[in-house]
Amino acid sequence: MDSNSLYYSLELVAGSGSTLNVEQRTALQTSLVILKKNYKFHRVLFWGKILGLKEDYFIAQGRGEDELQDKKNLYSFNCMDWFLLPPATESMMEKVSKIKSRFIGDPSFVYEHIEIRRQGERDDATEEVVIKVNEESRLAVTVHQIDDEVSVVPRGAFVKSPHGLVQMNRSFGGLSHSEAGKLDNFLHFSEAKNLKKKSILEMGDLNPAIDFLDVLSDDIPKGSWSLQLECASKVCVLRSLLWLGLSFYHVPMTPQHGYMYIGDGIKNLDLPFML
Amino acid sequence: MESEDSRRLQSAASFKAFLLKSSTESHLNLYDHLTGMLLKVMDEHPPNVVDVIEDMSRDVKRAMLEEQQSSLRELPETSAAELLAEQQRSLFSRPEDADQEDELMETPLPNVSELGFYLEQAGVGLGREETQRVFLALKQLVESQALLRCRLWGKVLGTESSYIVAEAEYREGEEEEEPSLDEDETEPETEDTETDPLPQSTYKPLPEVPKEALGTGANKYVYYVCKEPGLPWVKLPSVSPAQITAARQIRKFFTGRLDNPVASYPPFPGNEANYLRAQIARISAGTQVSPQGFFQAGEEEGDEEDTSPRDSYEANPDFEGLPVTDMAESLSSWVHHVQHILQQGRCTWVNLAVKPGEDPNEEGEAEEKEEEPDEPEPEVGPPLLTPLSQDAEMFGTPPWTSKVSSTLTSQHAVAVLRSNLWPGSCAYACGKKFENIYVGWGLKYAGEGYSPLVPPLPQKEYPSGPEITEALDPSLEEEQVLKEALEEQQAAQEELQDSGDEAEEDDD
Repeated sequence: MDSNSLYYSLELVAGSGSTLNVEQRTALQTSLVILKKNYKFHRVLFWGKILGLKEDYFIAQGRGEDELQDKKNLYSFNCMDWFLLPPATESMMEKVSKIKSRFIGDPSFVYEHIEIRRQGERDDATEEVVIKVNEESRLAVTVHQIDDEVSVVPRGAFVKSPHGLVQMNRSFGGLSHSEAGKLDNFLHFSEAKNLKKKSILEMGDLNPAIDFLDVLSDDIPKGSWSLQLECASKVCVLRSLLWLGLSFYHVPMTPQHGYMYIGDGIKNLDLPFML
Repeated sequence: MESEDSRRLQSAASFKAFLLKSSTESHLNLYDHLTGMLLKVMDEHPPNVVDVIEDMSRDVKRAMLEEQQSSLRELPETSAAELLAEQQRSLFSRPEDADQEDELMETPLPNVSELGFYLEQAGVGLGREETQRVFLALKQLVESQALLRCRLWGKVLGTESSYIVAEAEYREGEEEEEPSLDEDETEPETEDTETDPLPQSTYKPLPEVPKEALGTGANKYVYYVCKEPGLPWVKLPSVSPAQITAARQIRKFFTGRLDNPVASYPPFPGNEANYLRAQIARISAGTQVSPQGFFQAGEEEGDEEDTSPRDSYEANPDFEGLPVTDMAESLSSWVHHVQHILQQGRCTWVNLAVKPGEDPNEEGEAEEKEEEPDEPEPEVGPPLLTPLSQDAEMFGTPPWTSKVSSTLTSQHAVAVLRSNLWPGSCAYACGKKFENIYVGWGLKYAGEGYSPLVPPLPQKEYPSGPEITEALDPSLEEEQVLKEALEEQQAAQEELQDSGDEAEEDDD
């Protein structure tokens, strides 16, 4: 969520159970401003927390000119000193996908995953391949994956200019109460994968300036999002069941929206059993 | 001259009458229209008025149409927020006959704001206003049910809505209504005795483990849930061991409706209310902790040979808080104060092999030993008030994570303990105060992946016997061989008979 709205928006997402204590909040308000100045970001968001066994990581994200492409992630332990995370590459993602244990809390920790591969077809010789990943890259990949798969924005909050630049829509007035109750009006904030599969009839209803992202209701399996009204039914809260811990909030009829992830950074692959 | 003026006046009057003639189609007349148009120009003074005069003329005509108020009027819709606000208003009302004296006495509720503050320091919480609403709802519950003691257990999130759970102590003399047992329909007896009787099933279901009595073991406390603070509280039924065993094997989200059936394999005996109660029991048994020394064991009853686990504890009046750094660093300064649930699904073990109604004398025991060679071993769990350092690791992760809430002001910091086995369960301690809370999805940490239970092998239904075992039909050669052998036998018999006759004949 935007660092400008950190004052009040934490209360709105607190229905999921996790919040930050006052000390952390004040530290964030100071350090995020400094971060924005140092890295020359257009906007700085507090992305969330990844809970480890020994320590927790606080993650912040800075956005540049293009909100979709220029993203930089940073992590910190005390909300004051921030370290830049490397961008996630394909090879890193492949290595990290084998690791399923909890985060430890030490960025220099090295995970070892032993994979046994057969060499050739008839040979009995099996080769043991040890894949080593350090926790920092695992963190970078996890943040990237969560953003890619479950980041949410309301429809109309971001516009795409004809040049392809994605920016905040200053005249977004918020979804109405009835619109906020439908999953169709929430979009993934990542490169669209399903747009080309839509039929021309469906595309006719869409507005190319604001409908350039995937809709949440197209997610498989259906039911992987939980839409609720919280805080005495004033706030619409979306929780992801695929990455447990991601909460998105939106106050209808106002432009306030944001998402935050507080969880252990592990994808919930058992989802089909649980629905 | 006069006639010209009068003629001019007359033609002007007739022209004016012509202007005032109302049109047959629209019932407007040009005179009024021109008047209206010029009035509009006077009011507005638009720039380049001569260029826009046609549009203005059209606007004036349009404005002449009166809007008739339709007889259908929009009903003001009550949104969900408004409904809820009405219900939550009752949270804030004080009963009229509340005396000042009553309020000064001990209330069954803890100090609300203090709890909220400490939970916020620990990083767990529902948000300040929401916590306040929840506590007001708890107060309402206590007043309506006249409970002795009540505390906020936590919040269980669901896909459609969430549950706020409150834990309360049983009152004396409260009995639970037994749900009417559905009797299984007996198999209809075969009508015809001429046809072969169907083989009877030899399946005997395992005996059901009895529920624990109210006020003991897993049923020590009674739980109430509500969806939103302000809505009425619903009491959850007590839990049975079969439900706990089934809950251990399934992994399902809660939906938020208490009467929702839980469709799973193995089939869960009950609906979502029972599943919720079972998970609450498991979470309480696994993660309710307190600083060491806060509780001490209750009075020991019976001899030392009595192996039943002690299940009572009481607050230690001499408890002085442990320093926060100690609490945060070593796990042995925390103890469980809820009984561990055994494999059987209960806190105290029950020997199912004992057939009811037998005299426990020596003969009986000897007979029993003969009949059941493998007597089940009694299950023992860790006793009450065991320190957390003895908790087992699961899937390679330590069971608890502890930290101090703030490093900058460590004199006033709070020690926080988070469970890794039940994500969402949290405990804090600061001096003499401590509290547990759970806010989460109600699921245990399953490690790498959850694999559902494999269905058992199909059972042998028919006892094998000669009537139903198939035998191979004899082949042609075998039949012929048999036939020849029989013929030989017959021939041999006849010869004997013939020789016998001959012998008789000879004798004669």
